[in-house]
Amino acid sequence: MAKRAAPEVNAGSMADIAFLLLIFFLVTTDIAVDSGLNRKLPPKQEDLEEKPPIIKERNIFQLNVNKNNSLFVKTGGEEKTIKLTDLRKEAVAFLDNGGGIGDDACKQCKGKKNSKSSDNFQKAIISLQNDRLTKYSTYIAVQNEILAAYNELRDREFKRMYPNLGVNFVQANAAYNDPGTEPEDKAKLKDKLRIIKDLIPQKFSEAEPKKN
Amino acid sequence: MSKFKKKSDGGLPPISTASLPDIVFMLLFFFMVATVIKEDNLMVENKLPSADQIEKLDKKNPISYIYIGKPSRNYQSKFGTADRIQLNDKYAQVEQVKAFLSTERAALREELIPRLTIAMKVDSDANMGIISDVKQVLREENALKINYTTRKGDAVAKN
Repeated sequence: MAKRAAPEVNAGSMADIAFLLLIFFLVTTDIAVDSGLNRKLPPKQEDLEEKPPIIKERNIFQLNVNKNNSLFVKTGGEEKTIKLTDLRKEAVAFLDNGGGIGDDACKQCKGKKNSKSSDNFQKAIISLQNDRLTKYSTYIAVQNEILAAYNELRDREFKRMYPNLGVNFVQANAAYNDPGTEPEDKAKLKDKLRIIKDLIPQKFSEAEPKKN
Repeated sequence: MSKFKKKSDGGLPPISTASLPDIVFMLLFFFMVATVIKEDNLMVENKLPSADQIEKLDKKNPISYIYIGKPSRNYQSKFGTADRIQLNDKYAQVEQVKAFLSTERAALREELIPRLTIAMKVDSDANMGIISDVKQVLREENALKINYTTRKGDAVAKN
């Protein structure tokens, strides 16, 4: 019997198989980078020997989120419920008030200078208390709005002090944290960011939630 | 009469698709290499809330993930619908967070330990109670850098 040549394998469906695999990996790939709100927890309290410093009530923006996810705020001598949509505006108004006189006067503040509200950026404290039944998404929204208020003021001051850079505080901070930024650019940004962070410190404290 | 018609001349020759598999394989290999298969098998519902003041999580620093949420649907008959903590790929109690932290830290070089970031991946519908408990443990264990992982979007509109 004559020796027959082995028939050629049909490779026409190879492309189909490869496409199928390709589509599978396309769908399952998750290239997204994790991002979120960076926060720092306060260190554990040792038994306090000395009393905590006395803080004037006008310098505290007391924010309370209850179990029905409504916001209640106590500041500037008034207590009221506010909407989440107004929180950023209210927080900016509080931080930027600049009601201090003498040593506490705030040169950069552009607020109403209400004597019942915060003295200056350094003195203003935002305090947040939530209930154990508060929903996480509301909590994140509140955190987001407070951070937005700080970022808004920091952006403003950054632009006022370094108008030539053409970026705002948030962008500068992102560039500083970006591993792709050149080291000399980083060094330039570092001091500027530090100055702004010292000018408008994030004094945002979280009280332990109420038990019920 | 011929069995096969003679092909008419002058028509455009068909484009060769012989190299198509090569191109597709190249793409396939790219995606295979770029794909990161999820480390943790999620056993909790994990619909992250959105926020817009977000920063990227620095991959240079070590990251440990803590997932919180209701058990996923196929576990609900067994574990109920109360919020649960998931560490690695097991449900855990609040007390176990401490042990989890020490194992995570033991795997790190010493100079990296203070830079360990805890990424909290919490479902939007979870209650704050369990999160506060976890935060208390983290404070006691001096793991102070945390990140509430969120999606990018408008935080206020969804509430």
